[in-house]
Amino acid sequence: MLRLVTVADAPLDRRMPPDFTGRPTPERAAEEHVRALQAIALHGDRQAFARLFRFFAPRVRAYLMRLGSDDAAAEDLMQDVMLTVWRRAPTYDPALAGVSTWVFTIARNRRIDALRRVRQPPLDVDEPALVPAAPPLPDSAVAALQWEAKIATAIATLPPEQAQMLKLAYFDDRSHSDIAETLKLPLGTVKSRLRLAIGRLRSVFQPEESP
Amino acid sequence: MSALPNRHPIGDEFLLDYASGTAPEPIALAVAAHVALNPESREALSCLEAAGGALLNGLAPAAIDDASLDHVLARLDTQEPTLRPSRARVADSPLPPALRAYVPNGIDALPWRRRAGGLAEAELPCGDGRRYKVSLLRIGAGKPIPRHGHSGEELLLVLQGGFADEHGHYVRGDVCFADAAVEHRPLADSDGDCLCLAVTEGPIRLKGLLGFLLRPFLRR
Repeated sequence: MLRLVTVADAPLDRRMPPDFTGRPTPERAAEEHVRALQAIALHGDRQAFARLFRFFAPRVRAYLMRLGSDDAAAEDLMQDVMLTVWRRAPTYDPALAGVSTWVFTIARNRRIDALRRVRQPPLDVDEPALVPAAPPLPDSAVAALQWEAKIATAIATLPPEQAQMLKLAYFDDRSHSDIAETLKLPLGTVKSRLRLAIGRLRSVFQPEESP
Repeated sequence: MSALPNRHPIGDEFLLDYASGTAPEPIALAVAAHVALNPESREALSCLEAAGGALLNGLAPAAIDDASLDHVLARLDTQEPTLRPSRARVADSPLPPALRAYVPNGIDALPWRRRAGGLAEAELPCGDGRRYKVSLLRIGAGKPIPRHGHSGEELLLVLQGGFADEHGHYVRGDVCFADAAVEHRPLADSDGDCLCLAVTEGPIRLKGLLGFLLRPFLRR
């Protein structure tokens, strides 16, 4: 069974089918990102950071511009996000989230800090006061990586109208009633499509069988 | 490993707004405080944040200036300004971590104001204060919040003790959601005071003579 340490240590070919195209599969890219963050955390590996930068900087910038940042603001904020990735690398826990998810939450929070001047009350996952969840499964470090892939698949297979609603919710910074108005849909329709989409995504996380 | 029966989680739409970063600060605070106390909601939020990660991955990459990476590399060794609040003093607080920044000197130091018989309220500065009112409510053991309706949404998150209304029984970590269609009269459990985080949109409408008399005191 793969554990967190072995994600970094095990030879690639034991875990992944050979990739004859030479292009990284999404799964392999996700594992590379974990290794890069661990290399940053362990020995301040700048080359590992550069690799993460090349993948995430253009996407973070695209995210910020989708949400209405102008060119200069998107650049500043993107650099800020990537700097935060470097600084917070030691706090990254692959058992809790994939790297894309982690970077997304940093970008989301920095954007709120910078543009709205309000705080996003953080969920501090290191906090001992958290009511603990059930003990994680032994291979949860791998599971978190797989979630991202499964969630991506779930989003790709959503009915188009639900996928559209979800993207608007994440990328357009508008309230549900604004979305309804723009799309000329009743608010109830917007809400029910979102609810259906959320249900589909959450079902990815449900265990196969309940005891 | 089955979930506790009769949990009252926060609605998925609030989790989505938090995950996507569109929640106003008062709602984000309620979500962060709730998920700290409810592992199932925390997992649902993780799922929605993973959706954000997947959508981020799927975005068409924007062009990046070659100098961009160099700029960031040059800044890697600068220190991050840290403003981490000390946690030592509030280690045994019933407040989830997200709330502590809003209650820096502890619950007892808040400007509590007496409301009806067993009800006290301390308003917390949160957000721009225009759309939502955020406060802690302390309901005396066995005492009610007077029956009221709502002009907007109201989220009550139980932090300590418990209460019941016409729709259920709520304990630590549970969220009681009410909107304009709901009228209720929460009654604190008799075994101790009940402490709640209340996020209220628009003025609440109290019912009955007691409500009429209290109205001036509950106005924002």
